Amino acid sequence: MAAEELTVQSHIQHHLSNAKMCSVEGEIAFNKACENAGFMTLHVDTLAWSIGLGIIFLMIFRAAAKKATTDVPGKLQCFIEMIIELVSNNVRDTFHGKSKLIAPLALTIFVWIFLMNLMDLIPVDFLPAFAGWVGSTMFGMDSHDVYMKIVPTTDINMTAGLAIGVFLLMIGYSIGMKGVVGFIKELTLQPFSSNNIFAQILLIPFNLLLELIGLFAKPFSLALRLFGNLYAGEMIFILIGVIGLWQLPLHFPWAVFHILVITLQAFVFMMLSIVYLSMASSDSH
Amino acid sequence: MSLNMTLVGELIAFIVFVLFCMKFVWPPLNNAIEARQKRIADGLAAGERAEKDLELAQAKIADELKEAKAQAAEIIAQAKKRAEQTVEEGKQRGEVEREAIIAAGHAEIAAERNRLREELRKQVAVLAVAGAAKIIEREIDQNAHSDIVEKLVAEL
Repeated sequence: MAAEELTVQSHIQHHLSNAKMCSVEGEIAFNKACENAGFMTLHVDTLAWSIGLGIIFLMIFRAAAKKATTDVPGKLQCFIEMIIELVSNNVRDTFHGKSKLIAPLALTIFVWIFLMNLMDLIPVDFLPAFAGWVGSTMFGMDSHDVYMKIVPTTDINMTAGLAIGVFLLMIGYSIGMKGVVGFIKELTLQPFSSNNIFAQILLIPFNLLLELIGLFAKPFSLALRLFGNLYAGEMIFILIGVIGLWQLPLHFPWAVFHILVITLQAFVFMMLSIVYLSMASSDSH
Repeated sequence: MSLNMTLVGELIAFIVFVLFCMKFVWPPLNNAIEARQKRIADGLAAGERAEKDLELAQAKIADELKEAKAQAAEIIAQAKKRAEQTVEEGKQRGEVEREAIIAAGHAEIAAERNRLREELRKQVAVLAVAGAAKIIEREIDQNAHSDIVEKLVAEL
């Protein structure tokens, strides 16, 4: 790559590549060496940024929780309580039934995704360039071989990880509320049913097909919506970044617009998770 | 760009974060919010109650004031009546006493008059005897004729 000419295409390609880590023949290898590692690859940058942001989120909230007082709250506590109220109200309005898990889950989803999306507002070249500089000066690497994608939600693995978490909870709630038999019944005896037992049996495969598509569409839509929005946003930031001096008047409006996308996507992911879990835990379909 | 182990890592991180949030973040914050909401609600209720209490107390004060005024008026009226009564009684007693004194005086005067009359009668008897003796000159024995003289005195 070092000899390769720095083109716009390679620049964009570089921005859209994760820092990979895998094991090749028993040894840990990075980036280019991992091209054939298949599933057994870790995106180090996605993991590091997402877990780091998650820990920041939990540390801030834990600090507020430790000092939580019923007297006049401090400014941090006020701010945290506003977020808690927002999540709590939405959960109360949407999720019918009692659960100690839903509200903290929604809070974690909302704030974590918001923080990860927020990384999109850091100008696209800052941190990758810094990482490249660190790589070349401290480790003697070619700076172009250092990959750093700082927005974890532009990695399908991140969003799919979240969506699968929600999906597992959906299945868990379904089975927990309706039992295994109830869950299977829901998948096979709807939406078409008949009083005639033979017709009912004939309808089972058809129902199962429809319900399974409906079931799996939920995590897919969750993962792809978030990924698609953020990936597209990031892409446009990168494209604006390559046009030279004119990027400044363009970058600003897109960043302002993107603030909306960042918040909205975090909120939508949270709301849909609550809605899906509410549907899973209620009897009426 | 393809799915890989990162997904599993993120899933685990997600689960850990949610569990941490559920255990250590959500309950204290939510409890604090709910406790404060309860305190505010209690405070408002207490304020309302205090206002009602104040109203009741004011009504009670007005009532008591009215009652006290009525009582005072009654006491004054009673005192006036009592004073009048006392004066009347004093007057009556004075009247009675006066009459008693007058009666006593009358009685004393009568007694004195009787005594004087008796004395006079005795002296008249003596005088009569002396006169008769002078008239009759020692003819009359004073002891023998005292009954006649007494009859005479009684006729006086």
